[in-house]
Amino acid sequence: MIAVVDYGAGNIHSVARALTRVGATFAVTHDPATVAAADAVVLPGVGAAADTMKGLRQARVDDPVVAAISRGVPYLGICMGLQVLFDRSEEDDETPCLGVLPGEVVRFPPGLEVPHMGWNQVLQADDSPLFAGVPQNSNFYFVHSYFARPADDACVSATTDYGLDFTSVVRRDNLYATQFHPEKSGVVGLRIYANFIRLAGQTPRPEFD
Amino acid sequence: MLTRRVIPCLDVKNGRNVRGVRFSADIDAGDPVELAARYDREGADELVFYDITASAEGRNIMVDLVERVASQVFIPLSVGGGVRTIDDMYLMLRSGAEKVSINSAAHRDPDLIRACADRFGSQCVVLSIDALRDPDSDPPRWTIYLNGGRVRTSLDAVEIAQRGQELGAGEIVLNSIDADGTREGYDVEFLRAVTDVVSIPVVASGGAGSLEHLRDAIALGNAHAVLAASIFHFSVYSVREAKEFMASAGIPMRLDPYD
Repeated sequence: MIAVVDYGAGNIHSVARALTRVGATFAVTHDPATVAAADAVVLPGVGAAADTMKGLRQARVDDPVVAAISRGVPYLGICMGLQVLFDRSEEDDETPCLGVLPGEVVRFPPGLEVPHMGWNQVLQADDSPLFAGVPQNSNFYFVHSYFARPADDACVSATTDYGLDFTSVVRRDNLYATQFHPEKSGVVGLRIYANFIRLAGQTPRPEFD
Repeated sequence: MLTRRVIPCLDVKNGRNVRGVRFSADIDAGDPVELAARYDREGADELVFYDITASAEGRNIMVDLVERVASQVFIPLSVGGGVRTIDDMYLMLRSGAEKVSINSAAHRDPDLIRACADRFGSQCVVLSIDALRDPDSDPPRWTIYLNGGRVRTSLDAVEIAQRGQELGAGEIVLNSIDADGTREGYDVEFLRAVTDVVSIPVVASGGAGSLEHLRDAIALGNAHAVLAASIFHFSVYSVREAKEFMASAGIPMRLDPYD
């Protein structure tokens, strides 16, 4: 069972609809035990870092998410679900985050329009199973003002050019996270979800297989 | 590189898509859910739904419509028309909209923009401006109209666009009432007047009749996105054709295979 972590994130319905579309079996849950025992975890998210961390703590799912990642089950983080993996975010006067990946989350420098909102190209840096069947430089939908700066480049799976090259996908073992919103990125976005549920041992609908 | 966007707009009245000419709408242009799916296949970057009846009944129809579209179409959806309160906005976001545009209510009470931006984030708050060019004004001036073009105000559209950005709007949709439905081209001068003074994205709306009009709104008017209704609804051009034309003019476009 894939656990989609419900801690009040605004985009959970969109994520659930995309998972349904590709044929996933999943549960939207805020139960810490269910998250800790899941075969795979999806962490959606939009909005601010402090709100996201507060939501995770209040729902008491922060430790179970970290525990699931430590156990090595497939993890997919979306947008804030990527940013909170790092040690801290500059947002809201320095927000401590989950610390799963070393590094920090910083704001786009002055001179660039924020939020970075719209379709932009994703340059794949490795041969990730999350991107199986997704052409190089495909466009995905982004909405964010902050981006991750990993301390170790080894987790950088893809980058995107917005005046500067920033990390748009991270990967370590079975952990995957995208800064963009695959649930709003048309057919290539649905393919990301199909690839993820395959990593979780499920079979996507034939048109996504 | 961030691409510019092509946004088909669906004007919805009693659950059907209608075509408007200078803000009066009466020609039935099809089922919005079917149209939305078609535009997605053609490569639309976003879809906008305007409830042009904007009644309580209309709002329920919109919620149902957005939910149905959102379960089939996986690109950003925007909703507008009759949004008066934070609760209205929440209802639309919850039903599957990415962004909600506020128009008359925001001009009557600008604090609504700030309140919505504080609660949901600037990225989902779109300020929609309907304006008519003042005849014989020099330099040109555009005056805001409310309630779908029925009520004149004394508000200057360019000033209100600037103030909207300061209050937290994440995007501005600029509708030229003069040009709406005429297919004679966007008011590029109006676009330029606004894009010169704001740094948030501006969406051109009203008047698209040819691919050159779309290109000019971006290349000359500095619009981030072009919104069009009738040229797509009646298949004068497909979204794909529009995007390929603009890409050939050097405008960054998303041209991935979509299906």
